[in-house]
Amino acid sequence: MDKIVIETDLLTKRFGNFTAVDKISFQVTKGEIFGFLGANGAGKTTAMRMLCGLSIPTSGTGTVAGYDITKQPEMVKRNIGYMSQKFSLYEDLKVWENIRLYGGIYGLSEKEIAEKTDRLLHTLNFENERNTMVKSLPLGWKQKLAFSVAIFHEPKIVFLDEPTGGVDPVTRRQFWELIYKASDMGITVFVTTHYMDEAEYCHRVSIMVDGHIEALDTPKILKQQYGVKSMQEVFYHLAQTAKRGD
Amino acid sequence: MGAISVNKLSKSYGNIRALQEISFEVQTGELFGIIGPDGAGKTTLFRILTTLMLPEEGTATVNGLDVVKDYKEIRRQVGYMPGRFSLYQDMTVEENLSFFATLFGTTVRENYDLVKDIYQPLEKFKTRRAGKLSGGMKQKLALSCALIHKPSVLFLDEPTTGVDPVSRKDFWEMLGRLKKQGITIVVSTPYMDEAVLCDRIGLIREGQFMSIATPEEIINSYHEMLWAVHADKLSTLLSELRAFEGINSCFSFGDTLHITVSNEQLLPATLKSILENKGHTDVDVYPIQATIEDCYMLLAK
Repeated sequence: MDKIVIETDLLTKRFGNFTAVDKISFQVTKGEIFGFLGANGAGKTTAMRMLCGLSIPTSGTGTVAGYDITKQPEMVKRNIGYMSQKFSLYEDLKVWENIRLYGGIYGLSEKEIAEKTDRLLHTLNFENERNTMVKSLPLGWKQKLAFSVAIFHEPKIVFLDEPTGGVDPVTRRQFWELIYKASDMGITVFVTTHYMDEAEYCHRVSIMVDGHIEALDTPKILKQQYGVKSMQEVFYHLAQTAKRGD
Repeated sequence: MGAISVNKLSKSYGNIRALQEISFEVQTGELFGIIGPDGAGKTTLFRILTTLMLPEEGTATVNGLDVVKDYKEIRRQVGYMPGRFSLYQDMTVEENLSFFATLFGTTVRENYDLVKDIYQPLEKFKTRRAGKLSGGMKQKLALSCALIHKPSVLFLDEPTTGVDPVSRKDFWEMLGRLKKQGITIVVSTPYMDEAVLCDRIGLIREGQFMSIATPEEIINSYHEMLWAVHADKLSTLLSELRAFEGINSCFSFGDTLHITVSNEQLLPATLKSILENKGHTDVDVYPIQATIEDCYMLLAK
């Protein structure tokens, strides 16, 4: 049995009398690429915020990277990485300054940061961009850098919230190659996306509808289960059963 | 006279050339899609056409009116839904709609028919503040506000970015119904699969159109030999195919890889048995028709 790095049991979040996340239970293993799908308003963001230690569950339990999300949210935050398309890097800081900032936030020593920065710039072929302002980097480069910064402190899990929205087709695919590499290194990748072709790249996919996890399996099995050819069709099938308005 | 005519339009921000001598026409009643990634120049083009920004070089007309000289008249005739939600967050749904109607010297009642279809699901939330709406509802409200003065040309800048596949489909159905009412629609999107829903599209990259045509024409002009390859282990398959002589490109497309083949002697069946001999299981190789995304990647090369 692979090592479990995320585990939830009947995890629930209510806002007033609205149940955003309703008793979700699932496990994610080490190195797994786990696609977390659902329509707008299905409860994905709320669930993800709880898993990242940013929101305390109303009921149920969850363990992320070995820490209890209710009792040890600060330890959860230290042991995960996070990246979203909307916000990740500081545009008006240089490349090295962004790396330095995140390294510092995660408590790495000056020496570690210096060594790892060199290595990171070398791997990304970014050596000449060390002193470039992030805002003048092409979008594709920014994304690669943002991802590398999110896993700079070698977290057990990285959460990616729609990392590829608006990105050109080639860059989007290169980005997934980075995800595969991280997964090969044993980092668990928890990713949300609205591109259904990307759902096919995940090892397993869950689909949330109205706060519940309605389906969870490998893309291959899900497609067989619903007798369809693509994850897009699986998604249509499930999301159309949603009762609550977006 | 077409609805929009753009002639050698250019705009720079410092060293970045956001638009480079762009030219195109949109016919009255047409649904025209501008397809390209972030940073390609889509928003700059919209801002110039809606008279919110001045071009540096070149000219553009909307309904025969010049975007520089006749900006006041253009503003009366077009509707614009910017990429970022830009309604008044602390006004209610109802207040936003009547505010925009009033700005344009009309009333909600007068043009209600046009927005009815889109606004109806919002009616039960009409006293809610716009800032408290969910993403999908904000989008419907923004579209209603852009339509309430009955514009003849509608500009929609990435209306479906960050929207789930089911809501995107609904949104495009809404656009189809607006088009039937004779409204000219210019819509931008980074989602390549939405291209086929437009009458004509422009594929934009780094401030230039790579191609402007109907989606069918763009697909038909794709002359590479394109195959889909499937096997159980896609990631190893990807690197093997990239190293394979006679294969020009290899990209993931969902649960298959799309490859362009330059070696005309190679047959799908041959490649299949080569891959099986290498130990791949559940192998399938077959020729396919290009998608807009394949075309975009080929043109961008």
